[in-house]
Amino acid sequence: MKAAAKKKAAETQLEVCKGSLGVVETREFTFAEGPDPLKLESGETLGPITLAYETYGQLNAEKSNAILVLHALSGDAHAAGILKEESTPGWWNAMIGPGKPFDTDKYFVICSNVIGGCKGSTGPSSLNPQTGKPYGTDFPFITIADMVAAQRHLIDFLGIERLLCVAGGSMGGMQVLQWVASYPERVRSAIPIATALKHSPQQIAFNEVIRQSIMGDPAWRGGHYYESGQPERGLAVARMIGHITFMSDQSMEEKFSRKLKKGKGHFSFNFDPDFEVEGYLHYRGASFVKRFDANSYLYITKALDYFDLSGEKLIGGHAIDTRFLVLSFQSDWLYPSYQSQEIVRLLKRKQIDATYCELKSTYGHDAFLVETEGQGTLVSHFLERTYTGAVNGNGNGGGNGKHR
Amino acid sequence: MASTAEGIRPDHRIIFDMIEPSSRVLDLGCGSGDLTHLLMRDKNVWVQGIELDEQAIYECVRKGLPVCQSDIESGLAEYPDGSFDYVILNQSLQEVRKALFLVREALRVGRRVIIGFPNFAHISARASLFFLGKAPMTPSLPYRWYDTPNVRFLSISDFRRFCRDNGFRVEKASFLSGHKRITLWPNLRALGAIFLLSKGKATTDNG
Repeated sequence: MKAAAKKKAAETQLEVCKGSLGVVETREFTFAEGPDPLKLESGETLGPITLAYETYGQLNAEKSNAILVLHALSGDAHAAGILKEESTPGWWNAMIGPGKPFDTDKYFVICSNVIGGCKGSTGPSSLNPQTGKPYGTDFPFITIADMVAAQRHLIDFLGIERLLCVAGGSMGGMQVLQWVASYPERVRSAIPIATALKHSPQQIAFNEVIRQSIMGDPAWRGGHYYESGQPERGLAVARMIGHITFMSDQSMEEKFSRKLKKGKGHFSFNFDPDFEVEGYLHYRGASFVKRFDANSYLYITKALDYFDLSGEKLIGGHAIDTRFLVLSFQSDWLYPSYQSQEIVRLLKRKQIDATYCELKSTYGHDAFLVETEGQGTLVSHFLERTYTGAVNGNGNGGGNGKHR
Repeated sequence: MASTAEGIRPDHRIIFDMIEPSSRVLDLGCGSGDLTHLLMRDKNVWVQGIELDEQAIYECVRKGLPVCQSDIESGLAEYPDGSFDYVILNQSLQEVRKALFLVREALRVGRRVIIGFPNFAHISARASLFFLGKAPMTPSLPYRWYDTPNVRFLSISDFRRFCRDNGFRVEKASFLSGHKRITLWPNLRALGAIFLLSKGKATTDNG
């Protein structure tokens, strides 16, 4: 299995070298300036707002081939290809590119960052125009609906009336669901992957431990640490907790087993990391603090916990003709399949064109990023049929006759 | 069962002909979606499938069909009453334990229900039991006793009785032996049957 993972990584690397998408560029879009700030769900306002985004492929003349891809908690706008100054490919590089499931030869793919983040979009580490200093915890609380409202401005700016598809995993999947809830007429199809209509108490509990870890670090200083340096210790531990929840018992066994860093039988008999799994978590924690803002982690995990589209909130009384492809992964215990099945039950109740599949994988929640074969096949065919119109509701009106 | 030379299975042809154009159809246990695809493409039907097998789901998605992964017995629960014009239950009733519950549920969700099943009282099955004293194996019941997915063994007569006892109205019934339609003595001569049911007390007997 490890060899297979290595091979997969090598193949990914090779693909990047071949340059599938080649060098890409992150762009910025600024709106809600001056007297016209964005009204947030909390009642507060935010402006001006900058969104970082990337696009791949070409928008066709009818503007009917646009796909919006949305990232997870710590993701960014860089979903595919490579950036000039970096060598690592985007987070969904295996899924986006010429001839790949989100085929950039056919579709115009947009990936938007979220507000509240720290990857080029307005968030707690951005400068507060009122003070000229970073917002810190003066940043207003944001929700998944606010993130999506901001993205709607970007899609307007790009001149796209209706998206062929909105897709994403984990928090990206929540944004997908929120897009359908907020702007159903603008979404032809939706692909929520490894996600939920709402967080369970268990998911909230993990997030609270993550937040307490950050806020318990004295370096956090109530969120105003931008001059003194961020709470690295707390943020690293927060991320370590996260990484445990992203894997599965089986994938940890396969990856680390009980292997020791210094080789068989070499216990250190002190509290340094002995086991490979400990070393891995330390490494993940340490690299995370270099690339992510602690306050952003606080704000975004709160947005995840507030998210709730259960009941009538995903789809109100009105009939919608958004097609759904809902995917979950067998070993994912952070966003278990039953949560995806709850989405499906809701779609059935509303008699919406819905496809659901639980994919086999041992990778846990990480599967949506790495288990791209089955996922890719389903996404590719689902998109192609939706794009060419060889689906329900195109000519075949059926009972509800609500179709375009 | 393999497809015919014309690309459509005889049981699929019968079901296809039973369904009104531009209706809404739920196919329970839709397999790789051959029938559902035909209905969508050629009859302007709004379709939805339910299927457990992952490979079959890939096939459905490739054909543009919406399909939810689920077993047949729990696949209906969330659909409101009268969601569909037809619910298809082809070659799966005999594999289900709660057969009566399932047919009732199907008639709640669909205005009409199409049920296809193998006939356990076909002459070759009878002969096998009577002369050889062996559990029957026929073209429509091709399994050995220890590897069959079937848990309910019914004949065409049994099914008629089942409908009468439970107040299901038989609107149509077709009987098949391979590619041949059977009209005379179907309970003896047909390998399989396809019934079109609706709610209601009256039964029209045509076979």
